Amino acid sequence: MSAVPQWVEIAVSALLLMSGGLSLVAALGLARLEDFFQRMHPPALAYTWGTWCVALASIVYFSASEGRLTLHVWAIVVLLSITMPVTTILLARAALFRQRQRGENVPPPLGNETD
Amino acid sequence: MSSFLSLATYVTIGCYAAAMALALWRLLRGPSAQDRVLALDFIYVNGMLVVLVLGIRYASMMYFEAALLIALFGFVGSTALAKFLLRGEVIE
Repeated sequence: MSAVPQWVEIAVSALLLMSGGLSLVAALGLARLEDFFQRMHPPALAYTWGTWCVALASIVYFSASEGRLTLHVWAIVVLLSITMPVTTILLARAALFRQRQRGENVPPPLGNETD
Repeated sequence: MSSFLSLATYVTIGCYAAAMALALWRLLRGPSAQDRVLALDFIYVNGMLVVLVLGIRYASMMYFEAALLIALFGFVGSTALAKFLLRGEVIE
């Protein structure tokens, strides 16, 4: 495994630092927002851009150091983009169901759905 | 591995650690069960990102598989917990 050029290291570092900053912003939102339905939004920042940046940095670094295109890290991005919406929808439905059962002020069920 | 890139990976892992600490605060504080599940899911994804960054730091491909497994287990766990909150049981 050979040493990578300077510009690759700078690009990888920039992508990694961007991902770290995005993750920190997402955690701040998760800790500081007031309502559960507001708090559902900030983690998406880490799930999308945070993960994309790290995967891109990994692809650039390993492609440069091995001298061939290595794309397998992108499998994590594909996996996350499939699984995250499922978790988010299930959690939102669970939160809506539980808050409705406790008699809080949330939107009523639509029509005759069995939520 | 230059000291520049090495420093960048350590700063990034520090950012993830701070993010996980904030999410842990949300997980312990609640106030509702779905908040805790959301925070646990966030901690899972951050742990996966830490493993990926360590893979770059030590220039090893082996970390990728561990990250993939963490992502998969995080999804299964969060889905099971959300299903439990929705119905009171995981498998009907």
